[in-house]
Amino acid sequence: MDHLDELEAQSIYILREAYHSFSNLCMPWSMGKDSNVLIWLSKKAFCGKIPYPVLHIDTTYEFPEMLDFRDWARKFYELDLIVKINEDARAGRGAYATPIGYETHDPVTVTHELKTVALQQILAERKFDALITGIRRDEDPTRAKERYFSPRNADFEWDYKDQPPEFWNQFTTAVDPGEHIRVQPLLDWTEVDIWRYIERENIPIPRMYFARRGEDGKFYRFRSLGCWPITKPVESTASTVSEIITELLVTKTSERAGRAQDHHERNAMQKLRAKGFL
Amino acid sequence: MTTNGSSPKLRIVIVGHVDHGKSTLIGRLFHDTNSLPEGKVEQIRKASEAEGMEFEYAFLLDALLEEQAQNITIDTTQLPFRTERREYVIIDAPGHKEFLKNMVTGAATADAAILLIDAHEGIQEQSKRHAYLLSLLGIRQIVVAVNKMDLVDFSRTVFEDVREAYTRFLGRLDITPQHFIPISAKHGLNITKPCPELGWYEGPAILEALEGLEIAAPPEGLPLRFVIQDVYRFDERRILAGRIEAGHLKVGDEIMFWPDGKKSRVKSIEEWNAPVPPTRASVGESVALTLEEQIFVERGQIGGHPEDGPAEGREIHASLFWLQNEPLPINVPFTLKLGTQSVEARLVEITRVLDSSTLEPLPGSPTLVHKNEVADVRIRARKPVAFDRHDRISETGRFVIVTGKRIGGGGIVREANYQSSLPVVASDNITWTDSPVTREERAEHFGHRGAVIWFTGLSGSGKSTLATGLEQLLHRKGLATFILDGDNLRHGLCANLGFSDEDRSENIRRAGEAAKLMAEAGLVVLCSLISPFRADRRRVRETCQRDGVLFAEVYVNAPISVCEARDPRGLYKKARAGEIKQFTGLSSPYETPEAPELELRTGEVTLEFCLGTLLEYTLDLTRLPSRPRG
Repeated sequence: MDHLDELEAQSIYILREAYHSFSNLCMPWSMGKDSNVLIWLSKKAFCGKIPYPVLHIDTTYEFPEMLDFRDWARKFYELDLIVKINEDARAGRGAYATPIGYETHDPVTVTHELKTVALQQILAERKFDALITGIRRDEDPTRAKERYFSPRNADFEWDYKDQPPEFWNQFTTAVDPGEHIRVQPLLDWTEVDIWRYIERENIPIPRMYFARRGEDGKFYRFRSLGCWPITKPVESTASTVSEIITELLVTKTSERAGRAQDHHERNAMQKLRAKGFL
Repeated sequence: MTTNGSSPKLRIVIVGHVDHGKSTLIGRLFHDTNSLPEGKVEQIRKASEAEGMEFEYAFLLDALLEEQAQNITIDTTQLPFRTERREYVIIDAPGHKEFLKNMVTGAATADAAILLIDAHEGIQEQSKRHAYLLSLLGIRQIVVAVNKMDLVDFSRTVFEDVREAYTRFLGRLDITPQHFIPISAKHGLNITKPCPELGWYEGPAILEALEGLEIAAPPEGLPLRFVIQDVYRFDERRILAGRIEAGHLKVGDEIMFWPDGKKSRVKSIEEWNAPVPPTRASVGESVALTLEEQIFVERGQIGGHPEDGPAEGREIHASLFWLQNEPLPINVPFTLKLGTQSVEARLVEITRVLDSSTLEPLPGSPTLVHKNEVADVRIRARKPVAFDRHDRISETGRFVIVTGKRIGGGGIVREANYQSSLPVVASDNITWTDSPVTREERAEHFGHRGAVIWFTGLSGSGKSTLATGLEQLLHRKGLATFILDGDNLRHGLCANLGFSDEDRSENIRRAGEAAKLMAEAGLVVLCSLISPFRADRRRVRETCQRDGVLFAEVYVNAPISVCEARDPRGLYKKARAGEIKQFTGLSSPYETPEAPELELRTGEVTLEFCLGTLLEYTLDLTRLPSRPRG
């Protein structure tokens, strides 16, 4: 087995443990590269049938190309797709005095309301007891401390100071009412591993990851995808997966550098994640 | 550099006592191997200045606010970096005693460890405890880094003293470090290259030592262990999903599943999106199988080749470490998870508790395992468990203990009684008929569990007296009981047997089988037989335990002089007169039990004391797990 085989086998093991351990689990899906790898691994783990719903938290600031990809992938993978929008926040009704949006609010607030709160809403509505997420340790220092099975309390808080031990592939699988577990099968993968796996397996991903000529004549691509007002492309001529990998092996810029909400203030990611952001 | 395929990563855990410099060493390794994102050092420098602190390499890791406030690492951090040779993942495990569970979490996945010791402070409590845990976790490649050499003027004598003392300690754990390396992480000395300050040192610098380590590969040539995670029926296929934890299998192989021993052949290996379905799978792979026959298999079972399966039983001798605040008491049920098996179990004996910083057993007879302690224990599960000895197959030789909803500790299996997997049935045409009434239902009916209490000892030692006395007491308490007496059996079931060694063995076998059946029916069976041979008694014990029947051996111990003086049936007199040949204790040997559950010295203590002990033990043994004491 090579390293990718090992990563794949471990992720499949975790997905199967999650499916066994929880009666009502769900897989958030952003259509990003990691998310699509998770879909692929789920197809493998369950021999072609993904036995849990896939959840898209739609902020209403999605790139149109991503929505096209969503519709295509839904049919291709035969997904049981849930689309969730925090309608109250966008319309400025219910708990919201005014509509929430990038036009009027800072990125941390918008991310929290349109992603985290939307997630809380759907969890409460559907009573999911576990979420399968695509986060990786190498993305951010706060994610480096994660477990494969990571409990969240009813307020979505992550008690990273007192996490249960996790070793020998034995996981925390029991929750109290209102709690849920984040299951994180890609924790050990790096950004390069993800790309190498996409290349090896030929996994479909949105076109936006590949370089295109911008209005200034230079070439750009998206390295990480989020809401369009706060996600900027990076300069790059990489137009195939193999070129992206070559580029990654020499770059030292962090992956989420193009994501504004991370950099809005010092420790922004820390604060977002403590409040329940993936 | 190749872009398809992916290079393996060496996972290194860095452990040691708090403040011995782990985070600094990691910060240095990242900095000196040019592995930090652009601008990271500048960013941290500025942040340090803003808070009026001197820049430290440790800050590079301390991304969380609380950590910076407290200056201690609170959880496992995993960070990748790469050299020209290969990729690494550094696991920074906290040194503070409070966070031992995080250290275990981090270290359990490592290929190798760097044990860090402060040259100035020398070997501390965690230096020893961490080493002990590394040995339990099975990590064999260890580099010892003696840090802060700048604080001891780069003294070779100080370094050699630490090396000598620590080598001695590690030797007791069967750990032989690959290297002892003097360094100064703060000043970047001996990290990526040798330095003049430590010119007397001739070994490799840290990075060179790391480059020489191997990625821990699963050992080759082990027997198959296929751990079932689930059985899927999403379509017309019935798929066994699981992982191969050891060995390999191929389509057509006959596979037996433990516990239980049902078997079938592998019909196919299913794989989504595979151009050609695989016909073979090996250790480490997550696979999906279909079988030729539709036998009943379920999550938890371990598949193996029939001639080389795991051990199976309800008793596990293990070494365990405990990480949770609340101690682990004897005789209180918990959930034992081994592979994907999950069974109710309890400690029936704590053989010894070790102080993990000295490796000395704690005095007294412990009834609890406290946080951060390491203990040798005997565990009894409610139903049979399939397992391996840890030093044979580690993946199926280790387990965790869950109390409440959290993992409280882990352990490794020290002993496993491998038996021929084929059931001892003379004819192939005999099959076992399962009753629709389960053992648990019978136990609920009686209000207690069935058991075999086996009294062994010389003639006249007091076996029958104790068995009848105990039966009276149990009966009064409402337990369903029966006595199987050696002499009584010889009137019927064993009437055709004499007193040759062979016949004595057969006598015991029949008594054991009869007792087991009655215990399975729900009774507490008190067997009173001299049963002089260890092998015979062991066979009864194994027969019972293999089928999940509670068994306890009671050694009724009285010196032969006392027995002969009692001589309730005049047998000693007859034997001395030559009227009885092969009389145990006189003309035939009695092999004393090596590890009986109880030993009663009837020549030294009163009958009341013996009966009190027996009553308490039996009630405890047969109590339903759901029922409170008393």
